[in-house]
Amino acid sequence: MRSAHKFKVYDFTETVPGDSDTPAREQVVAEIVQRLEPFRVDSRPVVGATVITKDLNIDSLAVMDMVMELEDRFDISIPLNDVAEIHTVDELADAVLRKIGGH
Amino acid sequence: MGILDRHLHLLETHRAMQATGADPLVVMERVLSPTEAVINGRRTLLVGTNNYFGLTFDKACIEAAIEATRAEGTGTTGSRTANGTYAQHAALEAEMAEFYGKKHCMVMTTGYQANLGIISTLVGEGDYLVIDADSHASIYDACKQTQATIIRFRHNDPASLEARLRRLKDEPGNKLVVVEGIYSMLGDTAPLKAFVEVTKRYGGYILVDEAHSLGALGERGRGLVEEAGVLDEVDFVVGTFSKTLGAIGGFCVSDVEGFEALRVATRAYMFTASLPPSIVASVRAALKIVRKDGAVLRKRLWDNVATLYDGLAKAGFRLGPEHGPVVAVVMPDQMTTVGVWQALMEAGIYVNVAVPPATPGGLCLLRCSLSAAHSRGQLQHMVEVLAEVGHRFGVLPQERSAAVA
Repeated sequence: MRSAHKFKVYDFTETVPGDSDTPAREQVVAEIVQRLEPFRVDSRPVVGATVITKDLNIDSLAVMDMVMELEDRFDISIPLNDVAEIHTVDELADAVLRKIGGH
Repeated sequence: MGILDRHLHLLETHRAMQATGADPLVVMERVLSPTEAVINGRRTLLVGTNNYFGLTFDKACIEAAIEATRAEGTGTTGSRTANGTYAQHAALEAEMAEFYGKKHCMVMTTGYQANLGIISTLVGEGDYLVIDADSHASIYDACKQTQATIIRFRHNDPASLEARLRRLKDEPGNKLVVVEGIYSMLGDTAPLKAFVEVTKRYGGYILVDEAHSLGALGERGRGLVEEAGVLDEVDFVVGTFSKTLGAIGGFCVSDVEGFEALRVATRAYMFTASLPPSIVASVRAALKIVRKDGAVLRKRLWDNVATLYDGLAKAGFRLGPEHGPVVAVVMPDQMTTVGVWQALMEAGIYVNVAVPPATPGGLCLLRCSLSAAHSRGQLQHMVEVLAEVGHRFGVLPQERSAAVA
């Protein structure tokens, strides 16, 4: 549950500003897969080709929350406008890498 | 595939509730007062109507509405930008602007349209709309209608907002930050002073939706912007006439130069009929009451908040994080929520059912809202009934803890 501000401890440890090393594609995919694991259907693994809102038991709100986490993890902006165009784990990883690359 | 197939799952959720004998889509068969109605043939205490000052049956408001109907008719039959601006609409705008000490005010037909229209028009292509993750549907719908780029930050988290504004600091477009005074589901208030400070530091504009805080917060009832001491720094305040002011309608006040351009650019203002004379008249009368007797009504409201919140906390319920005109009671799951709700209805008490996706964090809630018109006895009765029902449904935990952390 989201906490109210009164009880919130601000946490920057997830953010990696100034990290000059561009993460490898595998690392980005791994970060996404790890966040999607809880939404797996049956025992089918989450892979690059997994269609996020179709193959997983996840609603649009949880997808938006995961995107917010990835923004902080990689210190990038991923607008909601772009999220509508992203379907698979691979596409999301590409979007993250493009943003890290400054596009 | 049928044209409505994509919505069938919503209907199924509703039918699953109906199958248990409960139907949260109630019909108010007869409304008796701000705090009582007849529902399912039963006299029912209303603790979920957002009627914060209980002004819906105020004599002065009713008389003003009747008088205006006799004088000016039942409706304006036209847009504010055509034949729908009467002297009264302009007078209400001047009075709202004066109330907030701002130069400009636009009055719209609903609060939903005010958010939808104003927000989607303020920002456009190349701009950034930066919203709290738990924003109301009207704000999310504005996101769909604007050409601006949408960025979302963690609910009530100034550090999360700051991280996002920092990432955008070299982008040329305008940045508009949107937050709410009191959030409608859990009743929590925004850390507004910090939000304003961060927004201004990064050169952004900030809009505050005071739908649930007008009248309830601030020394003169001007909402969280007044309570937090940031009225002068906030660029736009949006609000509604449908809660504390007891009618319907929306508004936006501002000091920003060029504000009047919104009148000829905001589609939700231009392409809908304006408020009928009766509504404008009752809202003006209600605003007078807020300005004259607001302190008394506010004290009554907050005394009632304390009676319900503290009573339910003491009984052991898990509640929203702070005292406020909205008191959310956390339920373990959807079926229990509906079961407890139905038991309350059978005991003659109405509250709102709030379940995902309308709620933050996937919470199932019984959402209560208080009124200055409630008597202490009515609320003590509700605490007793809900405690009994809570025990019956196994909702109450062993230890007596209160706040949602």
